Amino acid sequence: MATSSNDSPALLDIAEVSKSFGSVEVLRSVSLKVAKGEVVTVIGPSGSGKTTLLRCVNFLESYDSGSIRIDGKEVGFRDGGARQRRSERDLAGMRAETGMVFQGFNLFPHLTAAGNIMLGLTKVRGKSKGEARSIAEHWLGRVGLAHKADSLPAELSGGQQQRVGIARAVAMEPKILLLDEITSALDPELVGEVLAVVKSLAEDGMTMVMVTHEMAFARDASSRIVFMADGGVSAVGPPKEVLAAETTNERLRTFLARFRASQF
Amino acid sequence: MLSQIAYALPFLAEGFALTLWVSLLVVVLSLFAGVILGVGLVYGPAPLRWAVRIFSDTIRGIPILVLIFFVYYGLPAVGVHLQSFWAAVLALTLFKTAQVVEYLRGAVASIPKGQSEAAMAIGLTFRQRLAYVIFPQAFRRFLPPWINGVTDAVKGSALVSLLGITDLMQAINQVIGRTYEAMPLYILGALLYFAVNYALSYASRRLEQRFAFIRE
Repeated sequence: MATSSNDSPALLDIAEVSKSFGSVEVLRSVSLKVAKGEVVTVIGPSGSGKTTLLRCVNFLESYDSGSIRIDGKEVGFRDGGARQRRSERDLAGMRAETGMVFQGFNLFPHLTAAGNIMLGLTKVRGKSKGEARSIAEHWLGRVGLAHKADSLPAELSGGQQQRVGIARAVAMEPKILLLDEITSALDPELVGEVLAVVKSLAEDGMTMVMVTHEMAFARDASSRIVFMADGGVSAVGPPKEVLAAETTNERLRTFLARFRASQF
Repeated sequence: MLSQIAYALPFLAEGFALTLWVSLLVVVLSLFAGVILGVGLVYGPAPLRWAVRIFSDTIRGIPILVLIFFVYYGLPAVGVHLQSFWAAVLALTLFKTAQVVEYLRGAVASIPKGQSEAAMAIGLTFRQRLAYVIFPQAFRRFLPPWINGVTDAVKGSALVSLLGITDLMQAINQVIGRTYEAMPLYILGALLYFAVNYALSYASRRLEQRFAFIRE
């Protein structure tokens, strides 16, 4: 597992990305490189731009300037520098290269657990139903839900739904998995089962960028932590370094203090 | 009295058949037109959205009776002459189409944004997102008001009798004109309309159960 981005070419290369919603600047020239196999967690107070940054990576949000490349290919705009939005078909193809897991699960309620996973496999990857089904069953097994393949989302607990959400994303064999506060909507006792799945994916070498409030997880499971504040990267590095930087970084100190205060 | 009515039954049956035929035409045509315009209203470019919005608001603001008379008596002034049957079908279809547009818009709008995003995230194109994620869910919300609208269409088709078309309503009035048996004939008419609409409501409930997100 790579621990820094300098020794290998970046799989994900975010370069000087800026974005405003109206007069509010949510991303200020954010740069971040993520190497293959890295697990990068993004922490920071709400409104710091973490989620927006993640959503830019698979172009659920556009951005005003800068570039985001995956494997050297610009995500949302056509190659050639003219900042021309990719066609709908191109965008869909690019998005299939990244997986995303959402805070609110966003499972398709009309499809079973297996059906949720099979949709992308059959319609985007062009696999046969039988093939897609066996891939779905494999991943449902990996997240401990082999017995729930034919359950509808409404018949699953929050933790189970989120594990299906993860299975749906990784079954597409994305180059990068994006995780957007995936445990924030869960009851505390269900958080562990979801994080365990993420941890096992990390051990398999899955490249991940994860926005999270689970500080213990960020500290123990990530190769690097990115601390964002006011739309910019305020600190970045191996967990120990970043967490130690609170002595010199005012914003980080405030954030961590508030965080510790909330942990009764 | 009963023999007179029995004598008139084939005539009433023809009227009933015409009622069903008008209703079917209106329901099918308005479904196609309404869904296409509704998709235009939700996803189309601004000029199309405005056009559909104006169409829908205007039509829904006019009493259906006025619309029927306008199409039949008004359109000839601009050179459009329609047979009474087709004028009636056109007027009712316009009216229904405007409603279907609104049902569709409401149904699609009720699907959370996260559904589209999840569909985008796995790499589905716009059309695939509509076909496999949005429409299957919107369909469930569309169905109940639409079936209501279908029963309204069956009932509303009685208005075509005002253009002298011999539908069930007109047939009943004619038989009453000969027999003066108003009460039994209107009851018979009411029962026939009721039977059709009850069957539709029943089918609707079955469909809703069939497509529920939780199995019974």
